[in-house]
Amino acid sequence: MGVKPLSAFDLSLAAGLVVALALCSWRLRLGLEKRMVISALRTTVQLLLIGQVLRVLFAHASFPFVFAISMVMLMVAGREVGARQHRRIKGFSGWLLGTGSMFVSSFAVAFFALAIVIANDPWYTPQYAIPLLGMLLGNTMNGIALSMDRLTESLWQQRRMVEQRLLLGQTSLEAIHELRQQAMRSGMIPIINSMAAAGLVSLPGMMTGQILGGSSPMDAVKYQILIMFLICAGTGFGVVTAITLTCRKLFDDRQRLRLEVLQKQ
Amino acid sequence: MSQLIIENLRFRDRGPYSFAIAGGECLGLQGASGAGKTLLLRAIVDLDPHQGSLRLDDLECDRMPAPQWRKKVSMLPAESCWWRDVVEDHFHDFNAIPQEHLARLGFGPEVAGWQVSRLSTGEKQRLAILRMLENRPQALLLDEPTASLDRANSNGVEQLLSEYGRTNNAPLLWVSHDPDQLDRVADRCLFMQVDGSLKPCGGI
Repeated sequence: MGVKPLSAFDLSLAAGLVVALALCSWRLRLGLEKRMVISALRTTVQLLLIGQVLRVLFAHASFPFVFAISMVMLMVAGREVGARQHRRIKGFSGWLLGTGSMFVSSFAVAFFALAIVIANDPWYTPQYAIPLLGMLLGNTMNGIALSMDRLTESLWQQRRMVEQRLLLGQTSLEAIHELRQQAMRSGMIPIINSMAAAGLVSLPGMMTGQILGGSSPMDAVKYQILIMFLICAGTGFGVVTAITLTCRKLFDDRQRLRLEVLQKQ
Repeated sequence: MSQLIIENLRFRDRGPYSFAIAGGECLGLQGASGAGKTLLLRAIVDLDPHQGSLRLDDLECDRMPAPQWRKKVSMLPAESCWWRDVVEDHFHDFNAIPQEHLARLGFGPEVAGWQVSRLSTGEKQRLAILRMLENRPQALLLDEPTASLDRANSNGVEQLLSEYGRTNNAPLLWVSHDPDQLDRVADRCLFMQVDGSLKPCGGI
């Protein structure tokens, strides 16, 4: 059992493919070669580093250590949510809104899965907790960033329509009802689609990894199903929370549209 | 009855504005483009942050939810917005609109089913007036209500709005670039200078 180890030479063969593509991009003047090489280097360095961290973490499975790592993951994801938005809410509250929604949904769902569904002893066993939280955070981050971007952008473009509805005496919730729905839908549709396509079009990465690592396909499949459900719930509740809070932030106590809370980046 | 009272209204770097419009009275407002006439209307309808007191008789704006205030004191923006495909979906109940109002603005009942995307600017403007009146507002803030209309339709709108003000004893604040129009509809008239301050118009 166990996975066949890869040598540095094996990886450099695969890296050769990326270099070939970078050359191709240079010939075609796509202007992507620099970003491609930097991203490939980042993947290598970041993953090697996290490998070292996980090795230490797995050797000393203490709760504070696991918690600290998960907080770092959350902070990075929170920064990423802000960076991916064309117009984001200014200042600390904008950051808190995205990060807070991610925290509430991802951590609650992860805790539920670890403590009740998988029920290891201790429940925070890092071999389970860290990859699970990582997958949850990554997907929730995508969903929240996508939906918040959609909401603020459509509100910016349709501000006259929203104000017209306010002028006719609609409440702020009535006036942005459709925009809010569209934003929530755009955050949730990717995970719904990937649930529908799982196994037919793509073999999910985690399952592939487990099978390569020597697990039986049926064990790997069951874990993948669990993960899919968790990601769906985590993303969905995260998106609902983030959009609800964002909507509240975009109107003041007199139900006036306050687009000046947004800043363009 | 139904007096609109504006007291020490300030917003941004403008004001204070203090004036009152009696029920059934129409106050004309003129002024250069960019002087801030629309901003004043937006503040009165509580769509922009402001200080000072806004009252409809003894009903204080700050004492009621903003949507309720905006139904009582309605603003007609210079350019109307529509968000559904069909005209009647923007109304609570299109059939309840008096036929006579429709006719006055040059429409028949069949307009209910028209596609919004095929309306002209002028048609949108006239329908926006009917849409606003459906809330039975107690005061009207009109931002160049006839800017996009031809002579005949302009007359219809002037008559309908003036009559609404008189029969419902509603105060009207009527912004227009056309002094002749204000001569016809307004009981008195204010002029907004470039710095935003108000002075009485000469002539009326």
